[in-house]
Amino acid sequence: MLKQKSLAKLLPLTVAAAGFFATAAVADVAPSDVVIVDDNEIPQALTDTAGDAAKGRELAVNRKKGNCLACHVMPIDEHGFHGEVGPSLWGVGGNYSAAELRLRVVNYKVLNEDVIMPAFYVNSNKMHRVLKKFEDKTLLSAQEVEDIVAYLQTLTEEQPD
Amino acid sequence: MKIKSLVISAATVALASTAYIGLSVAFDDDSHDWGDYQVEDRRSGYTYRSAETRALQDDEFENPGMVGVDHGAELWNIAEGSEGKACADCHGDASESMAKVGATYPKFNAASSKPINVEQRINLCRVENMGAEPFKYESGEMLNMTAFVKNQSLGEPVNVVIDGEMAPFFEKGKEFYYERRGQLDMACSHCHEDNEGNMIRADHLSQGQINGFPTYRFKWQKLGSVHRRFRGCNKNIRATPYKYGSDEYVNLELYLTWRGRGLPIETPAVRN
Ligand code: HEC
Ligand code: HEC
Ligand code: HEC
Repeated sequence: MLKQKSLAKLLPLTVAAAGFFATAAVADVAPSDVVIVDDNEIPQALTDTAGDAAKGRELAVNRKKGNCLACHVMPIDEHGFHGEVGPSLWGVGGNYSAAELRLRVVNYKVLNEDVIMPAFYVNSNKMHRVLKKFEDKTLLSAQEVEDIVAYLQTLTEEQPD
Repeated sequence: MKIKSLVISAATVALASTAYIGLSVAFDDDSHDWGDYQVEDRRSGYTYRSAETRALQDDEFENPGMVGVDHGAELWNIAEGSEGKACADCHGDASESMAKVGATYPKFNAASSKPINVEQRINLCRVENMGAEPFKYESGEMLNMTAFVKNQSLGEPVNVVIDGEMAPFFEKGKEFYYERRGQLDMACSHCHEDNEGNMIRADHLSQGQINGFPTYRFKWQKLGSVHRRFRGCNKNIRATPYKYGSDEYVNLELYLTWRGRGLPIETPAVRN
C-alpha cells in the first residue's frame, strides 16, 4: 500500500521539511508522503535509520523539541513538573504498537481533531499565522520522530500507585 | 523613591524565584471559597497563584504595581499639549469621575465606529482634548495612566456591553479565541478553557482572565498591558502576534472581558 515515489519528487520536499536539521537522510519520508492506515497507524518508518531510544528520551524532555513532559507524566524522575494535560505515558509501549505510536506523534489530530497535542510531523504551512522563523517546517525531523517512537516503545512498565 | 523601588524589586526577585515552588500548592479544591474572586464558574487568575503572590497583590503598600499607579496619579495633574490642560482640569477628582469607568471597557466609540479600550480612550483625550502627543502603547506613561484609571474601579465587577453595535466585534473576538494558530496549532481555548486548573509543565493554567490588567509580572519586572500578554501567549505557540492596539486584540479583549463578567477589577494584579 505504500506509495511509490520518485527520488526527484522526494528530495526537494525532504530538504525543505528538514530545514536546519542537517542530519536528514535522503530516504526520509516527507510529511506529505506519510501513509496513514485505518486512521490509526503509520506502519512505515520515516527513515532508514532505526530510532535511538536514548535520544528519544532527551527529545521528550527538551522544551524546544518534543516537550512531551509539558503535558504528560512520564518515567523521567530527574525532571520535576510533569504536565497534567494529557494521559500518563507510563505503559504506552505495552498498549500500542510502533505503528500506532508513530501516528500519535506524527499527527494526533487524525484521532481527535480537537486535541491540544501538536502534530509533530506536519508541515507548518498548513497552520495559521506561523511565526516567520518557523514557517515551512515540522516540529520534529523524521529521525527525531523515529527516536521518540523508539523511546515510547520502551515504556512498557505501568505507573506504580 | 529610588530606594523604595529598589527594595521592592529585590523582594520581587526573591519571590519570583520561589514562586514556582509555591505553584505546587493545589488550588483545584472546588470547595474553596474564593469570595469575590469567583463568580459562578469564572475564576480570577488570582485564585491560581501562590499564597505569597496573592498576599503581595493584596497589600496596597507592597504591591509592586502600585508604583505605577502612583506615577499615573502624578500624570493626572500635569498639564500638557497645546491646550495647556491636565486630565484633572476636565475630569477633576479621578476617584469620583473615573469610579467604575475601567470596569466598562472596551466601549463603543462612535467616531471610529468600533470598540476602544482604556489605553485608546486616554490617547483620544490626549490628542483631541489636550492637543498632546499620544502615549506610545506599551510606554511607562501609558501603562501607569491606564493602571491609575483602572485602579479607580478596584473591586468593581466587570460589566461590558456586548450587544447592539458591539455585537459584531464581540463575535470576532470569540472567533479569535477558538481559532488555532501558530506552529503548535493551538487556540486560547485549548489551554484556558479545556485545561484550566491543570499544570502545563511548571505553569498552573488559569482561565486567562483579564480583570487585573495592567498587571505586574515578576517575569516582566514591571506593569504590562493585556495586549502584551496576548502577544506572549501567541508567540509561545509560535504564532505571529498582532500589533499593540490592533482591532484584532481589542476585539479579543472585549470577548475576554465578557468571559470575566462579574469578576472584580484587580488592577494592578500581581502574577508570576
Ligand atoms: C500540549 C499538550 C501535549 C503535548 C506537548 C504532547 N501531548 Fe501527547 N497527548 C496530549 C493529550 C491531551 C492526549 C490525549 C488525547 C485524547 O485523549 O484524545 C495525548 C495523547 C498522547 C498519546 C496517547 C496516549 C494514550 O494512552 O492513548 C501518546 C502516545 C502521546 N500523547 C505522546 C506524546 C509525545 C511522545 C509527545 C512529545 C513528542 C507528546 N505526546 C506531547 C497532549 C500533549
Ligand atoms: C479638555 C477636557 C479633557 C481633558 C484634558 C481630558 N479629557 Fe478625558 N474626556 C473628556 C471628555 C469630554 C470625555 C467624554 C467623551 C465622550 O463621552 O465621548 C472624556 C472621556 C474620558 C474617559 C472615558 C470616560 C468614560 O466614562 O468612558 C477617560 C478614561 C478619560 N477621558 C481619561 C482622560 C485622561 C487619562 C486624561 C489625561 C491624560 C484626560 N481624559 C484628559 C475631556 C477631557
Ligand atoms: C499553550 C498554552 C496556552 C495557550 C494556547 C494560551 N495561553 Fe495564555 N497563558 C498560558 C500560561 C501558562 C499562562 C500563565 C498561567 C495562567 O495564568 O494560566 C497564561 C496566561 C494568560 C493570561 C494572564 C492571566 C492572568 O491572570 O493574568 C492571559 C490574559 C492569557 N493567558 C490569554 C491568552 C489568550 C487570549 C490566548 C489565545 C490567544 C492564550 N492565552 C493562549 C498558556 C497558554
